[in-house]
Amino acid sequence: MFQGSEEPGDHQVVLPVVEKNHTAEPGITPTPSPTPPVTPPPPSQRLAIDPITRIEGHLRIEVQIEDGHVVDAWSAGMMFRGIELILPGRDPREAWIYTQRICGVCTDVHAISSIRAVEHALGIEIPDNARLVRNLIHAAQFVQDHVIHFYHLHALDWVDIVSALSADPAATSALAQSISPWPNNSAAYFQTVRDRLTAFVNSGQLGLFANGYWGHPEYKLPPEGNLLAVAHYLEALEWQREFIKLHALLGGKNPHPQSYLVGGVSLPVDAGHTHAINPQRIAHLRALVDGALAFVEQVYLPDLLLVASFYPEWAALGTGVGDYLAYGDFPEDNSGASSFLLPRGVVLDRNLAGPPQPLDQDQIREYVTHSWYTYPEGDATARHPSNGATNWQYTGPQPPFDLLDTDAKYSWLKSPRYDNRSMEVGPLARLAVAYAAGHPRVRQLTDQVLAHLGLGAPALFSTLGRIAARGIETLVIAERLDPWIDALEANMNAGVLDIHNGTLWDPVTWPAQAAGWGLCEAPRGALGHWVSIENRAIANYQCVVPSTWNGSPRDALGQRGAWEEALIGTPVADPVRPVDVLRTIHSFDPCMACAVHVLDAARREVMSVRVK
Amino acid sequence: MEANRSTLQERLDIHRISRRKFFKFCGMMTATLALPAHYAGRVAQALLANPRPPVVWLEFQDCTGDTESFLRASQPGVDELVLDLLSVDYHETLMVPSGAAAERSLVDTITNYPGQYIAIVEGSIPTAAGGVHCMIRGRTALSIAQEVCGGALATIAIGTCAWDGGLAAALPNPTGATGVRDAVPDLGTVISLPGCPANVANLTATLVHFLTFQQWPETDDRGRPHFAYGEEIHEECERHDHYEDERFVLEWGDAGHRAGWCLYKMGCKGPKTRHNCPTVKWNDGTCWPVAAGHGCIGCAESHFWDRMSPFYAPGEDDDD
Repeated sequence: MFQGSEEPGDHQVVLPVVEKNHTAEPGITPTPSPTPPVTPPPPSQRLAIDPITRIEGHLRIEVQIEDGHVVDAWSAGMMFRGIELILPGRDPREAWIYTQRICGVCTDVHAISSIRAVEHALGIEIPDNARLVRNLIHAAQFVQDHVIHFYHLHALDWVDIVSALSADPAATSALAQSISPWPNNSAAYFQTVRDRLTAFVNSGQLGLFANGYWGHPEYKLPPEGNLLAVAHYLEALEWQREFIKLHALLGGKNPHPQSYLVGGVSLPVDAGHTHAINPQRIAHLRALVDGALAFVEQVYLPDLLLVASFYPEWAALGTGVGDYLAYGDFPEDNSGASSFLLPRGVVLDRNLAGPPQPLDQDQIREYVTHSWYTYPEGDATARHPSNGATNWQYTGPQPPFDLLDTDAKYSWLKSPRYDNRSMEVGPLARLAVAYAAGHPRVRQLTDQVLAHLGLGAPALFSTLGRIAARGIETLVIAERLDPWIDALEANMNAGVLDIHNGTLWDPVTWPAQAAGWGLCEAPRGALGHWVSIENRAIANYQCVVPSTWNGSPRDALGQRGAWEEALIGTPVADPVRPVDVLRTIHSFDPCMACAVHVLDAARREVMSVRVK
Repeated sequence: MEANRSTLQERLDIHRISRRKFFKFCGMMTATLALPAHYAGRVAQALLANPRPPVVWLEFQDCTGDTESFLRASQPGVDELVLDLLSVDYHETLMVPSGAAAERSLVDTITNYPGQYIAIVEGSIPTAAGGVHCMIRGRTALSIAQEVCGGALATIAIGTCAWDGGLAAALPNPTGATGVRDAVPDLGTVISLPGCPANVANLTATLVHFLTFQQWPETDDRGRPHFAYGEEIHEECERHDHYEDERFVLEWGDAGHRAGWCLYKMGCKGPKTRHNCPTVKWNDGTCWPVAAGHGCIGCAESHFWDRMSPFYAPGEDDDD
């Protein structure tokens, strides 16, 4: 349905008749673990889930469960490095190298925001080739990261690996062929996957999959659906490694590509040279993009729809705060936000009847009321990031401890708010803004997905909606990769070789004081960096990060953060195996290393910095 | 030998590994480790151990970049590492269970395989304020490292942060971040694989060396294997001849930059950094930073955030 020729809704997932109690072939002895009995929840229970796994970083979720449902929730970031304490005094041109290491999962996004912030402060415009190279690196990050999230971080909340052991390979093949033309779809192929899985389970060493929630009654896929997903879990591991070579071609390596520069990029464009974007690199890029489009269209999206079709109740769960913020991204020229592939804006109260409200970055504030920081003017106040001041002061329980005191401060995350509202950011926010703005391709795909699943637009604002939004935007972004490569190639062939605007590279050309901000969309949502520069060194640096928006603790008004709000009402069938809570948390794709950040107003001594 | 080969074939069949792919990998590992070619067979035999060596991968003050690097493993791929060659029993980014069930996976391994599991540590360990800057299940990173690494066969510090504190330890080191060797000083074997992130090719080679010879590769006095950290980047660099002939890039995008001249005057730290980046390269040998036109930032050297910065200062100012 994603290849353009089919009409909305004409593609039905047809499940083959699934043979129950499939008998294993001779010589194969699947050993599914016995289904543990469901532990009936006590009428009232405080549950701490720590660590939340299959995310980036250190997240602790505490929930209050009453009569089998979450009635309150608290999100706590449990790690702090103080990267913004390290930046003051250093050369603004290298800030991106530090901020990039805020996160190695979304490994380009803090580099992009940083160079945009410094370029904004100094008034630097970048050449067309630099815009294209940055777009390609940044877009590849989205495509790769979203696929990894679906298969390796989120799928096993919905897919029961042990159930896959009893799948019939022929029926799995029929199922696969009914939803996709992807060539790895024969019975023999699925037999191979099942045998490998069986050998793994029979080894008795379950590794990453030990103590999973296998056999949980909330798993709804038939064995064949589970086997199909396991096969694609493994294929996606291989695929992501291949596709991200795009970062190596354009950035030298991944993780942490290294070709950014304030003013442009470091990779030359020159058809006649090896160490440049040349016809060979262009051809390699095209091959990688072809493979990515095929995988997204023929594996990721059909699997997403298959899984979603078994879990329709999750289109009404995890609904969250209902207010959405997107900075937008992927400039198609140098004219600003109006040229973005994914538009900028704000959607309030789930209102898709557009247009979205324009973004006003002056409306962003950060609270520390329930965070382990203090403000000199009092912790009920809030500060704009350009004026961010932070003094860390841990006041939580001394380790080891069992529960946090959530009436007091309880997280290393601050609480960003927009016009004093708790906002959701990320794929669903971007989709809401794009849909409200009338983005044709986003509207078309969204309507197709909703029709396919037999759901209305309100279903978007849910756990399932977040998963669908991520898939939809993956395709929207992946479809732009080829045109950007075309443009790069056209420039190369026309002798347009500029990659860097060096007029303000030398810090002696800078004013004594400058300040700016750099906004981007990260896979997990709206990301902003604010920088001020004095005497050619960083004076102040502040990041407001997607998972800080989504994972924030309560603010001075008592408003929950987006994750906390989305958990309210979640049914918890078995508190010992809280897969239900994980489903909604994972639907946001948390990234905790990004989320915790701090800037101290006190400046570091500049003596160790030599700006040339 | 004949009998061995048949056993190996059977085990390859069980693990669904193609023989050709497997021996290609063994050959590559033998080359990376600078072993004579005839060791490839011995490498192959050792890799299909049963039970698979248990691995506990701890993440502390990290960015998960080393885990992402691990996911880029090729020959063998990460799927083979996880399913066929190792038993990665605890890895918060990748493991299925959360909370108490995740804790159970950890306890099971350190209880059932005392002194036999490999601990891999990613990220620095904060020591200020009683360690409150990184806590998992209400415990500090330090206490977890003491218990898990203390009971391990060996510890591998992957990435610069786990080696010397890395980014979090950059001045003014707000959280008292340290590497695992400084945080838990009485450990036995600690192999260090610095790099930001570490190159997975060196992790794989280190593990293969151990599985093959039951001993760890030779290291320098800071725990870095000679095979990966013995040579200066500058000496191995494909642009070295340009340096010798004094052909330097002087502006980003100039004719010399397009022609691949030396980046020394744009700040390249290759002359001050020992690592096999130019020879192993990244992402299955696809590229490396200098081949993308940017200087080396010295990320495998100790305290590089303070000692190598400013990263764009021209080389002549940096001569030791």
